[in-house]
Amino acid sequence: MSQPRKPVEHFLDNKKFLHPALIANYGNWKYHDRPRPGVLHHVSHSGAEVWSVRAGTQRQMDVYTIRKLCDIADQFAEGRVRFTIRSNIEYIVADEKKVAPLIAELEKNGFPVGGTGNSVSMVAHTQGWLHCDIPGTDASGVVKAMMDALYDEFKNEEMPNRVRLSTSCCEINCGGQADIAVIVQHTKPPKINHDLVANVCERPAVVARCPVAAIRPALVNGKPSLEVDEKKCICCGACYPPCPPMQINDPEHSKLAIWVGGKNSNARSKPTFHKMVAAGLPNNAPRWPEVNEVVRKILMAYKADGRPWERMADWIDRIGWPRFFEKTGLPFTKYMIDDWRGSRSNLNASAHIRF
Amino acid sequence: MAKKLHDTPNLDQLESGPWPSFVTGLKRLAKDKDYVVDLLGHLEHSYKTRKGYWKGGTVGVFGYGGGIIPRFTEIKDEKDQAVFKDAAEFHTIRVMPPAGWHYDTDTLRKFCDIWEKYGSGLIALHGQTGDIMLQGCTTENVQAAWEEVNAMGFDLGGAGPAVRTGMSCVGAARCEQSCYDEAKAHHMVINRFLDDIHRPALPYKFKFKFSGCPNDCMNSIQRSDMAIIGTWRDNMRTDEKLARQWFAKHGMNELVNDVVGMCPTRAIQLKEIKSVSKDAHVSSVAVNDTQALEINNKDCVRCMHCINVMTGALAAGKDKGATILVGGKSHLKIGATMGTVVVPFMSLKNDEDYEQLVELAQTIIDFFAENALEHERTGEMIERIGLVNFLEGIGLDVDPAMVNSPRMNPYVRMDGWDEEVAKVNAKKAAA
Repeated sequence: MSQPRKPVEHFLDNKKFLHPALIANYGNWKYHDRPRPGVLHHVSHSGAEVWSVRAGTQRQMDVYTIRKLCDIADQFAEGRVRFTIRSNIEYIVADEKKVAPLIAELEKNGFPVGGTGNSVSMVAHTQGWLHCDIPGTDASGVVKAMMDALYDEFKNEEMPNRVRLSTSCCEINCGGQADIAVIVQHTKPPKINHDLVANVCERPAVVARCPVAAIRPALVNGKPSLEVDEKKCICCGACYPPCPPMQINDPEHSKLAIWVGGKNSNARSKPTFHKMVAAGLPNNAPRWPEVNEVVRKILMAYKADGRPWERMADWIDRIGWPRFFEKTGLPFTKYMIDDWRGSRSNLNASAHIRF
Repeated sequence: MAKKLHDTPNLDQLESGPWPSFVTGLKRLAKDKDYVVDLLGHLEHSYKTRKGYWKGGTVGVFGYGGGIIPRFTEIKDEKDQAVFKDAAEFHTIRVMPPAGWHYDTDTLRKFCDIWEKYGSGLIALHGQTGDIMLQGCTTENVQAAWEEVNAMGFDLGGAGPAVRTGMSCVGAARCEQSCYDEAKAHHMVINRFLDDIHRPALPYKFKFKFSGCPNDCMNSIQRSDMAIIGTWRDNMRTDEKLARQWFAKHGMNELVNDVVGMCPTRAIQLKEIKSVSKDAHVSSVAVNDTQALEINNKDCVRCMHCINVMTGALAAGKDKGATILVGGKSHLKIGATMGTVVVPFMSLKNDEDYEQLVELAQTIIDFFAENALEHERTGEMIERIGLVNFLEGIGLDVDPAMVNSPRMNPYVRMDGWDEEVAKVNAKKAAA
C-alpha cells in the first residue's frame, strides 16, 4: 500500500445538501400543518410552501435500498433527502402535485409513508448481534417484529399524541429514553473465565466500573483474576465491556424489560425518564412475541384512554400508576419499587390516592 | 456470484411482514459478496444461540486515534480458526453526517459506491451516535475506504473518551419553531473540537446536541453533556388570521381542553376581547369576534405545548437564543441524569454570540478534562463536586432558574453569606 494520506480535518457545511426551497426560506418559516399522515406542510412568511413526505426505513440499509431511495429523490425531490432521528427518510417537494405520486412510488417500493404527528414512529435502536461487542439481543430483529405489528399505527395518526419507541441490547440503553422502551435486563451475575482475566482486563479499572462495589481482585487457581460478590451484584453488565471474560449475556437469563413514560420534550410537563413496568420477558428470537404482546397491551390501553395531546407520561400522570397496571393487566411487583440513590423521591409522600 | 448461502431459518422469519426487512437487504448483498454470506451465517448463529460473538480490538486510520469501531469474530472452530472466515472482521467506520442529516443523492450514491467496493455494502442511516455507520469492513480496507470518504469532504466521527459527533435538528431549514441557527452552532462548535474528536484524550465521552426549541427533537437534555436548546425571552407572537382559522376548525372544547387547560403554569386564559390585559408582558389573540387567548409571558415557561397545538397562531418571540444545560447521560454508573441549566438564556443572533457559545463549550471541556475522574461523565462529575463548584470553575454566576427549589436542608457551612449577599447586590446595582 502507498503512503497513507494525511486526513483533512473538517466538519463540512450542510448548505449544499439542502433542498433549494429550504435555502430560500431558511429561518423564515411561519407555520405548518399535516394534510394527511406522513406529510408535513410548511408555509414561509414569504408565502412559499413545501411538503415533506416521510417514510419508514429499516435503518440498516443495503446499498440497493439506498440507491432506490435516491432514484425516488431524483424523480420527485430535486435530488435531496433528509433523515430524521428515528431513521425515517423525508422528501421535500415545493409542488403539491408531486405529493400523491411520490407517496405512491414510496409505497410501491415497500417504504411505508407515515410517522408524523400522533402516530407511532420508527423505533430508535441499537446495533445488537449484528455488530455490537456486548449485546444481549438483536435490536434490529426486535424492531422489525415490532414495526410489523405496529405498521398501521405508523401509517395513521390515531394515538393521543406522538409515540416514541426505543430498543436497547443492554442496560446501557443506547436506544435512549422513550414512551415505550424495550431494554435487556440481565438476571444473573457474570460468569468469569479466570484463565483470561489477567491477560485481557485492566483489573483496577474493572473494579472501579462496578456501581455497587461488588468486584474485587482475587487469586483464582493461582492466577490473578477478579471475583464478584454475587449477593451485592445487580447484574447490570457494567463490568463486561472493560472485561469480556466476565460474560454477562446468557441465552436464558438475559431477559427483556419494558419501560414507559420517558419524554425529552419540555411540552406540558418537564422532561421525564422512563419507568420499568414489565420484566422477565424471554429473549425469544427471531420475533419476540412476548415483548410484542406487552407493547401492544400498553399501546392499546393508552390509545383507548389517553386524551388528545397527552403523551404516555401525561396519561399516566393523570390516571395514576395503580390504574396503569390495572388497565394494562401488567403485574406490579416489589422490583418496581426503586431503591437506587435518590429513590425516596419516587415514593408517594402524600395522601393522594386514587380509588 | 457469491458462494452459497448458509441456512438461516431464524433470519428468514424476519423477511415476512410489511415493514422493510434488513434481512432481505443483507441477502441481496450476499448475492455478490461472500463477506455478507458469512455475515448472515454469523448473525444466524447469534439468533440460534442467543448470544453475541464480536469482540473489540484496535483498528485505526492514519493520523487519528478513534472513529473506527473494530470487530473480530469469536466464532472459532477447535483449531481457533474463524468458522465464518469471510466475515472474520466486521469493522465500522463512523462518519460525521451533515448537520440536520440533509443529503443530496450524489453524495449518498458515492457512499454506496465506496462501501460496495471496500465494505459489506451495509450502511446505517444513522447510528444512535448520529453518525453515518459504514458497517462491515476488513482491517485491510479501512484506510482506503476512509481516504475516499475523506476526499468527499466528510470526516470521521468520535468514539471512546472523546468529544463525540454532534447532532442538530432540522431547525431553521424547515421549522418555524427554530430559535437559532442550529446548523451554524453545530458547525462552529464541532470545528473547534476536531482534535478532541479524533484523538481521544478526555476522561470520558463528551456530547453536544443542538435542538432549536424546547421540544428538543435531538433529545439533548437526556443524551448530551452540553445541550443547546433554543428559546426566547420576549413575548410570544400571535397571528389572528391563523388563530381564527384554528378555532373555526377545532372549536371551543378543544381550545379549552387542549390548549388553555394543558398550560403547565396556567399562563393562558380565555378572555372576552374587551377585558384582555394591556400589560406589556401579555400576548393576546382573538379566536372569534368576542373571545381571545391572553398569555402572561412572565408566567410562561416556554414549554411549547400551545405553540405545537396552534402552530403559527401562536409562535416563539423574536428575542431568540438558547438555554444551555450540562450533564445529561444514561444509567452507567450512577443512574441516568438530566442535563441541568447552567445558562438560562444566551442570545444567539450575531457571530459574536455564536463565538461566545463556542468559548463556553471550550471552558466546560477544559474544566471537564482537568477535573473529571476517569470514565466519569459531566453529570457524574457535577453530582460529585456540586453545581456551585462547577459554576465557579467555569466562571458562571448562580441563578434561581438553575434549581427546582432552594436548598431543603440546613447541612451547609455558610460563613461566606455576607460576602455573597454583597456580591449579588453589587451585581444588581450594576445591571
